[in-house]
Amino acid sequence: MGGIRAMTEPQLGLIYDRVRLEEKAIMRAARKRGLRINSIDAKKICLDLTTKDSREFGHVVIQRCVSYFRGLHLAFVLKEMDIPTINSFDTSQICGDKLFATLAFIKEKIPTPRTFLAFTPEEAIKAAENLGYPSVLKPVVGSWGRLIAPLKDRESAEAILEHREQLSSPIFHIYYVQEMVTRPPRDIRAVVVGEEVVAAMHRHAASNDWRTNLARGGKAVRLEITPEFEELALKAAKAVGGGVLGVDMMEGPDGLLVHEVNSTVEFKGLSHVTDVDIAGKIVEYAIGLVKK
Amino acid sequence: MKARCPECDAEVKIPDDVIIGEIVSCPDCGQELEIVEITNGSVKVKVAEVEGEDWGE
Repeated sequence: MGGIRAMTEPQLGLIYDRVRLEEKAIMRAARKRGLRINSIDAKKICLDLTTKDSREFGHVVIQRCVSYFRGLHLAFVLKEMDIPTINSFDTSQICGDKLFATLAFIKEKIPTPRTFLAFTPEEAIKAAENLGYPSVLKPVVGSWGRLIAPLKDRESAEAILEHREQLSSPIFHIYYVQEMVTRPPRDIRAVVVGEEVVAAMHRHAASNDWRTNLARGGKAVRLEITPEFEELALKAAKAVGGGVLGVDMMEGPDGLLVHEVNSTVEFKGLSHVTDVDIAGKIVEYAIGLVKK
Repeated sequence: MKARCPECDAEVKIPDDVIIGEIVSCPDCGQELEIVEITNGSVKVKVAEVEGEDWGE
């Protein structure tokens, strides 16, 4: 009896490239529930793709690489191995590129800031002129507010675009220009696990920055979940394919707008302002995905 | 536990409950160090990866 139980006991894989508070919390939550967890450092993976040996990954994988491309490629491998993954390749891909996510929101009629796409600085200027100043230039791939620049007038826009052109990565030669939404100096971050908004916070921009990212010195403030943003967050999560997600919303003049959904959601800041066991919720959701 | 910073040779105190993959900072030079091995109370560190342009959530 015990032997059979041991064989059918679900085994959880956790792939990371940095052990942060979140990864430690997930390991603890799994152990607390008596689950076996394989912690795998992506930097140590050397996988023979021809054999498709999936044993080390377990029955379900929580993929939490801080490097987007590393995580995305692993998610594809896991998809081919038919291992349920949080998040799936499709969800990771859509969330990992702001352009893909914006189109997913538009498709599902989710309010989102007006956005233009261009491939040259000359056309990007036209986008900014169309939107009016100030507008915002964002890298399509990247996080933590990195290299997000306000285009305040034509002169500064041209200077920023000229600098962008000098960067070698092709990512920076895709110009994603967005309207600057008039909002209070904060946004809403809601963490969605499956079909549920489990916790939320306001992120207040630091006094010396307009961006609300905690990585830029923003401050997490406790926020009770209200039906107004709960419904929108769930809709946005569904639009990108669902999973464990961090939905970012702005309080615009005409109501809430979704500007981003994060696929490898960090909850270090949020854990200081909520009592919800987010890691526990993630582990339980993961176990629910194990194929019977 | 203790380790030596590969960058500036300072002594770095490592918490006992540290796990492989965790990042500690050198108190002298600020270099981020990754824990790569823990054996019988001794710990090996290496200079951690620097933030890439695709890093994030």
